[in-house]
Amino acid sequence: MMEQSCRTIGGRREFGQTEEVDDVTATVGRQAQAAARANDVWKVYGSGEAQVIALRGVSAEFERGRFTAIMGPSGSGKSTLMHCLAGLDSVTRGTVAIGETTVTGLGDAGLTKLRRDKVGFIFQQFNLLPTLTAKENILLPLSIAGRKPDPAWYDTVIETVGLKDRLDHRPAQLSGGQQQRVACARALVSRPEVIFADEPTGNLDSRSGAEVLNFLRDSVREHGQTIVMVTHDPTAAAYADRVVFLADGQIVSELIEPTAETVLDTMKKLDTPAEVGN
Amino acid sequence: MFRATMKSLLARKVRLILSGLAVVLGVMFVSGAFVLTDTLGRSFDSVFADGFSEIDVNVAAKPKVEVGEMEGEQTASPLPATVVDRVKQVPGVASATGIVNADGARVIGSNGKVLTSFGPPQLGENWTGETELMQLREGRAPQAEDEIVVNKSLATAAKVQVGQKVGVLTAFESKKRDFTLVGIMGYSGNRDSIGGVNEVFFTTPVAQRLMLGQPDTFSSITVNAAGGVSDETLRDDVARTLGADFEVKTGKQVAADASASLKEGLSFFNKILLGFAAVALLVGTFLILNTFSIIVAQRTRELALMRAIGASGRQIIGSVVLEAIAVGLIASVLGLAAGIGVGALLAFLFGKLAGGLTLAGIGVPAAAVIGSFAVGLVITVVAALLPALRASRIPPIAAMQDVATPDRPLTKITVTGSVVTGIGALLLFLGLSGNARGSTLPTILGGVLFAFIGVALLTPLISRPVVNLLGAIFSWSVPGKLGRLNSGRNPRRTAITAAALMVGIALVTGVTVILDSAKGSISALAKDTIKAELVIAGQQGGPRPPSFDPGVLDKAKALPGVQMVDGEYGDMAKLDDKSSWVAASSDITSLRQIFGAKATAGDIDRLGPTQMLASSDTAKSRGWSVGSTVKVQLNRGEARTYTVSGIYESSQLTNPVTLPVQAAKDFTIPQPIQGYIQLAPGTRVSDVQPQVEALLADSPEVSVADMDAFIKQQTGQLDGLLTMIQILLALAIVIAVLGIINTLALSVLERTRELGLLRAIGLRRGQTMGMITVEAVVISVFGALLGVAVGTGLGAAVVEALRDEGITDLILPWGQMGVFLGLAAIIGVVAAVLPAIRAARINVLGAIAHD
Repeated sequence: MMEQSCRTIGGRREFGQTEEVDDVTATVGRQAQAAARANDVWKVYGSGEAQVIALRGVSAEFERGRFTAIMGPSGSGKSTLMHCLAGLDSVTRGTVAIGETTVTGLGDAGLTKLRRDKVGFIFQQFNLLPTLTAKENILLPLSIAGRKPDPAWYDTVIETVGLKDRLDHRPAQLSGGQQQRVACARALVSRPEVIFADEPTGNLDSRSGAEVLNFLRDSVREHGQTIVMVTHDPTAAAYADRVVFLADGQIVSELIEPTAETVLDTMKKLDTPAEVGN
Repeated sequence: MFRATMKSLLARKVRLILSGLAVVLGVMFVSGAFVLTDTLGRSFDSVFADGFSEIDVNVAAKPKVEVGEMEGEQTASPLPATVVDRVKQVPGVASATGIVNADGARVIGSNGKVLTSFGPPQLGENWTGETELMQLREGRAPQAEDEIVVNKSLATAAKVQVGQKVGVLTAFESKKRDFTLVGIMGYSGNRDSIGGVNEVFFTTPVAQRLMLGQPDTFSSITVNAAGGVSDETLRDDVARTLGADFEVKTGKQVAADASASLKEGLSFFNKILLGFAAVALLVGTFLILNTFSIIVAQRTRELALMRAIGASGRQIIGSVVLEAIAVGLIASVLGLAAGIGVGALLAFLFGKLAGGLTLAGIGVPAAAVIGSFAVGLVITVVAALLPALRASRIPPIAAMQDVATPDRPLTKITVTGSVVTGIGALLLFLGLSGNARGSTLPTILGGVLFAFIGVALLTPLISRPVVNLLGAIFSWSVPGKLGRLNSGRNPRRTAITAAALMVGIALVTGVTVILDSAKGSISALAKDTIKAELVIAGQQGGPRPPSFDPGVLDKAKALPGVQMVDGEYGDMAKLDDKSSWVAASSDITSLRQIFGAKATAGDIDRLGPTQMLASSDTAKSRGWSVGSTVKVQLNRGEARTYTVSGIYESSQLTNPVTLPVQAAKDFTIPQPIQGYIQLAPGTRVSDVQPQVEALLADSPEVSVADMDAFIKQQTGQLDGLLTMIQILLALAIVIAVLGIINTLALSVLERTRELGLLRAIGLRRGQTMGMITVEAVVISVFGALLGVAVGTGLGAAVVEALRDEGITDLILPWGQMGVFLGLAAIIGVVAAVLPAIRAARINVLGAIAHD
């Protein structure tokens, strides 16, 4: 019964895709460039005394084919914003959209479909399945969706992440950097609308971190991938095309073509009023 | 440390409840067994105390043949009526009444069927007047030859009323005789029967003739003391007067003796229940071992932290063992309570089945309480010891590292497993080959236990290839493949979980193999050897086998197309000094012509009134040859000397000793209990069968069946036994299911992050559930496969050992085995339901975003 209805959804999805392509051409100029969009998003945890407001009316657009970093001090709401954008968490008020799909209001089945078809994830903890080989881990999202990989694109991804000779290894046999590259390949191989990366270099040494970041930037520049990355590391943020700064649940600043120095400066400025506030 | 332990215990309620449940079920069996046997035992005590309450002293003749508990009912021999007068002469005797009281008065109900009692005897007695205990509820006492009184519960069950004609089969007449029911009696306190016994009261001469077979005899004499004479004094006086041939006891003694012999049967029953409790607890041990192992594995960081801040290895062991004690204690209390409930329920059912046994109050004997706590605590602590040891070896450094527990090599466990399996096989071999010198049963049981533990230890090694192979079936889908990989992930955990299921399935398979082989061997033997087309026999529904009117034999012989008719009689008898089963055939030539006996010495085709035949085995063990004389004491009459005139080759179908048919009149049941009819060549069975049926109209206890139906009827009893064992072993399987649920639930918990990731990258809820289900099915089918294999091995070994006992064909129940595997798959699906729902409901964000 469940299987049946899911299959129907799957079928509709394919029609939906072709329509979306038409839609995109039709609506060029308006919001066609946004791969993910937050519109006056509020996120409130708890109630009464224990109420915590994580996001206060955040509106942001994340353009297609760009690498955006979200920065901010801890507790600024940057992770919450990403979770809401990715459909992992619900919003209290406002709307979130991925491409042409409104995320807000989707049920579990809809969210699952959204994550499977339009979103890719890279985590700080790598999160690979220990029972599967590198190759199987990379192809897992496609297998789950019951899709065949595009061989040319698969080869390209493998080539870029440089894992050709490690494909039959299990995660336990790979270094941290290698595991994170497998995780990146897993996110890329299904060509999602947008990839959300949550502190992807947080668990890596600086060399492996740089490799992964280079690789993410290349996938944006060369293949038009959209990436939204949460990080607290200015060096990592400098790899992005644009940095959005959050503080106290609000977007407070933005940098285009950042460098590590400009990011650091902005961060320092952000920290000062916060301290005054305390 | 204590407080930390309790805190962590409370934090993991669910998983401990699941593992505790296994102990609860095992303990429930233990305490239930004790409560049941105690309650029934005391009920029997009070029943007999009541039944004999009006007797001061009881006089009976010594039984002529001593019969052990498992060999059948003791038959009291009748005493002559003159003894009553001799007793009356004894000073201090107020009254002495001759009593006829014998099993075998079978009433034919208003539906034409013989009423069976399922346990209690069906007594035929003489009416000796109303007493304080026995009162007529309706009608009057029997006065004429054709008048009877029955007890109220019998009248109710047979649906007969005063004034109606009632057919009765009696001990000496297995041909229906009609009586008029003139009264219905009951017991004081508005009881319809005592202990569910069915009673028919005749006039004294009729009771003597029909129940004892001789006029002017009694079964016993009830003596009442004159005022001021104690029962004991009177007993001694009466005994002195009568001499050594009589058993003189006080009423209390008789009640105690009667109750004791029933309790002996109960203690056997108790042992069987405890046996099943042991199986349940063995399975429970696996389950607890597994739960604690997983808990320790999951707490590695926490335990290492404790080590790092200064806890000693001993304290860590103490903490795990303390947890086990807490679980064991709680489970024992719950198990004891559940056992009392189950024991009471079973006692109630037993009382109902046994025709309304009035139950004494439910009792909880000390053995139940002590047994429950001992078993519950010991099992839990022993099972937790190994994980506790492992916990104490966790290095403090593990707290700092994100250690993926390394796959420990399986060499040690495999070597141990091989050794233990070897010991088990050796013990089994010793026990089954009869080389265990008097301790055969313990040796065999020990062998089975060692074999189970050994195989369980070997299971991790076997699990890899087998689980891969099994999982391959599901690998076509992604969830299936993931499930398969998960089940192969921790071979030890999978192995123990599967091993728990193995035990139950192996025992069921083993028993099925043995019983099916027995059934097949018996059928084959009967079909190949017995040259009779029709058999007269009935279903035994109480202590007394069904019998029929010997007149039927002659009438059947006269039917056209009938070539030979043989009626078989049998009883226990004393031959020289040892008791043995003896038989008699109405037509001695049937020995060769129907049962295919071969003479090894002398002549077995004829048998004079003072001659007897013996089987070659019996002759060998007793040192008899043709011409030997044997003193034979039957249940009735005086001892007589017979001369061995022939010896036949022993086979499964021959009796140890065959006496001439004239001797059968002194058997407990002086009527044939089976009849065999051989037809002339070319005669159709369907032509003769209805005619024989008509002859049996007045012997409703038996019916005539063709050979196939007869074999089916005989082996049908084995089917009943098999079903009973399967039901009891089902409990072991239920516990194993709990084990699977537990393992899965813990695995789901352990893999929360992984499940979150899978959901994050698009695994649907249904697919998540599918993945968990495949894991469960793979584990359970693996367990069932092991169980079927081990069970077949055990069964085959036993069958091999019983070759000499006539189980010659090893029959493997393929169909049943298939059913077990199918059942295991269903078990897997069922066990997966809750963990799967839990896995599907995992909060994706919570699982992956926070550490």
